[in-house]
Amino acid sequence: MQETATQKARPAAIERDQLDRLFELLRERGYTVVGPVARDGAIAWDEISGAGDLPAGWTDEQEAGRYALRRTDAPALFDWTVGAGSAKALLHPPQVTLWRARRNGQGLEIVDGDPPPGRTLALFGLRACDLAAIAVQDRVLLGGTVTDPVYRARREGALLIAVQCGRAGRTCFCASMGTGPAAGGGHDLALTEVVDGGRHVFVAEAGGERGAGLLAALGARAATAAEAKAAQAAVARAAAGMGRKLDTEGLPALLAKSQDHARWDEVAARCFACGNCTSVCPTCFCVTVEDPTDLTTGFTRRARRWDSCFSIDFSYIHGGPVRTSIRARYRQWLTHKLGAWHDQFGTSGCVGCGRCITWCPAGIDITEEAAALRERKRKKEASRANA
Amino acid sequence: MPITNDLPRTSDDGAGAARAPAAGGRVAAADPMRPAPYRVLGNKAQTHDSFTLTLEPLDPTGTLTFAPGQFNMLYVPGAGEAAVSMSGCAGTVRQVEHTVRAVGRVSRLLQRCRRGDVVGLRGPFGTPWPVPLAEGHDVVLVAGGIGLAPLRPALCHMLQHRRRFGRVALLFGARSPGDILFAREIESWRGRFDVEVEVIVDRGDQDWYGLVGVVTNLVPRVQFDPAHTVAFICGPEVMMHFSVRELERRGVPLARCWVSMERNMKCGVGFCGHCQFGPTFVCRDGPVFRYDRVAAWLALREA
Amino acid sequence: MQTLEPIVAELPLFKGLKPEHITLISGCASNARYDAGTFVGREGHPAEKFWVLREGRMALQIHAPGRGPITILTLGENDAVGWSWLVPPYRLRFDIHVVQTTRALVFDGKCLRGKFANDHELGYEMMVRFSSILMRRLDAMSLQLLDLYGDHHADHE
Repeated sequence: MQETATQKARPAAIERDQLDRLFELLRERGYTVVGPVARDGAIAWDEISGAGDLPAGWTDEQEAGRYALRRTDAPALFDWTVGAGSAKALLHPPQVTLWRARRNGQGLEIVDGDPPPGRTLALFGLRACDLAAIAVQDRVLLGGTVTDPVYRARREGALLIAVQCGRAGRTCFCASMGTGPAAGGGHDLALTEVVDGGRHVFVAEAGGERGAGLLAALGARAATAAEAKAAQAAVARAAAGMGRKLDTEGLPALLAKSQDHARWDEVAARCFACGNCTSVCPTCFCVTVEDPTDLTTGFTRRARRWDSCFSIDFSYIHGGPVRTSIRARYRQWLTHKLGAWHDQFGTSGCVGCGRCITWCPAGIDITEEAAALRERKRKKEASRANA
Repeated sequence: MPITNDLPRTSDDGAGAARAPAAGGRVAAADPMRPAPYRVLGNKAQTHDSFTLTLEPLDPTGTLTFAPGQFNMLYVPGAGEAAVSMSGCAGTVRQVEHTVRAVGRVSRLLQRCRRGDVVGLRGPFGTPWPVPLAEGHDVVLVAGGIGLAPLRPALCHMLQHRRRFGRVALLFGARSPGDILFAREIESWRGRFDVEVEVIVDRGDQDWYGLVGVVTNLVPRVQFDPAHTVAFICGPEVMMHFSVRELERRGVPLARCWVSMERNMKCGVGFCGHCQFGPTFVCRDGPVFRYDRVAAWLALREA
Repeated sequence: MQTLEPIVAELPLFKGLKPEHITLISGCASNARYDAGTFVGREGHPAEKFWVLREGRMALQIHAPGRGPITILTLGENDAVGWSWLVPPYRLRFDIHVVQTTRALVFDGKCLRGKFANDHELGYEMMVRFSSILMRRLDAMSLQLLDLYGDHHADHE
């Protein structure tokens, strides 16, 4: 009893060389551990066997339309912010076969598609924005009367270990969105890396019983006051160093009234409708279905894959797409993400991770677009006041 | 605030074969994306490009419970799915009528289905016509082309419970005399004394002695009390918009006009994101909407 | 002729006009009845009549070679029929076919033109009213032209 109270009052500390033991414990408990690795010039998610797989000595430089991974010689494992991928590909898979069907004598035989994942994930290294995005997708895919069994099978029981950022990137704006850099909830453990001289620890706070149990099983000691303070300072540093910010005040109402704003034409001139933003966005959930047939078995499968509202076919009804122009498609994406999402799910769809800014080949910046829409309204109000 | 209609939605039983709804609640579909096999009982051509497909579940105990205005996703093995309105009288049924216009790949394949063929069905989906709200009112149904299909169950219900409604009128606009859906049934409706039916075509032919013009021309003519009228309108968006304008001219409040929207659908249950229309999902918050709640989005180009 | 004044005054087209204007217009009006199957006008013929239908149905028709008569619009109770008398060369642009036995008030076009020329206030007021009807007629026919129920795309699903 007292131990738990102590852990609640003061965080624990996991030594750098205890990480392997942590992963071992997770595997013993039946989890498949996935975490960040440096691969192909970026941070990506992969199954990890040990701490050696983690991206030690890497940092990232992100700007609108730019991503670069740079080597440092520091021992820090988490000196980068976010990679292109989020937890989305793990929980809401890019491709899945929902079922298979075949005509037989009697009629139609419909059988299972891809089997359930057969593994429970422990996600190690989620950022606060990633955690928030998982909560957003939980609401979309599990929060209604009809739920998505594909997401549920991967999400249920998944163990979430966040590592809070000690540094913000140039495209980060989680602080504006209220989603970070401190882990906002839904995590089993929230760690903060502290590298200081010879010391390399992860100050750890449990998000619930499961996390507390892990810390106890690991035998993690209490963090010292200095370690706890250093962890807090790291998160504060990240919060103060956000590269972008987005003013969300009255945004849904503003967007609803800005459908004919001239800004849409300006951004449409730059946007390729390539869909990169929807691909890297951790909350975008749109999918489409296709029915390819396997000529050897005669089974046709219902294949579900990610789709993007930027695709010209997305809004197709007989007669043509509803949103033919890029202008209309960009408008749909932004007003949905920052506006309509509130009507549909009660929160913003954006978690401020900045991936859409970084990975847009045209460098389009969602925070800049939102500000531009607001800015002209102010100008209009000012001119009306002066008239 | 999410845009909803005033009525609770009926249960969407994704597997097609119904179970009795659990006491006090809706049945959550086991897998909303998996179709149930249905056998084609009949395929009746209505016009050169429209047909009525009657389906029955392969499961001998299976039934479908639906309300007027709802739709199913019909699956043609190996080809894909199409969202199709149910056009028969609503309720709990074993034989499900769908009236389809063959305008795309899947609907054209459905048109070629013959008795005994097996297709997949997911549904029912969608928010239905608020028929109970129309009780005690005059009702005007305005249908354009294939839009008559999802209105037919509403009319059926009203005729089955005729006492509950005031004057009932059906205004139907078709492209030409050859494009008149449910022609025989329209004749029998016209034969009744308790419903007014007007049919108008965009272009007549030599043998047509009926009305020619756009369906909105009928609105000034039909008998109803605008202050106590509920209108259900279904057809191409432009037609619905102008029909509502005419009803408004007659004094029907926009909040008593209900329209049925159409958007691209890949799932029918609000997951794929394709059917979004403003802040709504047409498959779930619609397809039936109260006009004033969606007027701003209808007026927006490429919304 | 005077017995028609109350009827003319009640028609939506003339409702609200000053009594002296009603009198002027009624001076050009008479009752008429047409049998089903007849034509009250043919394309190209002189247009000197203007009808307000009281009961029945007329159809505007175009005769296309090889396609026979095509009805582009039917008109019924309270509809105004015939506009060619308003502007030169005062010739009908369509056939006007009586589809059902029709009772109508028929106005002499030349008479009406004379009254409008002499009384510009009446003339202006009627032009405003005619324009409103023609505008709505144009809108409705535009919708017909759109072929809203037609097939507009060879497509895929």
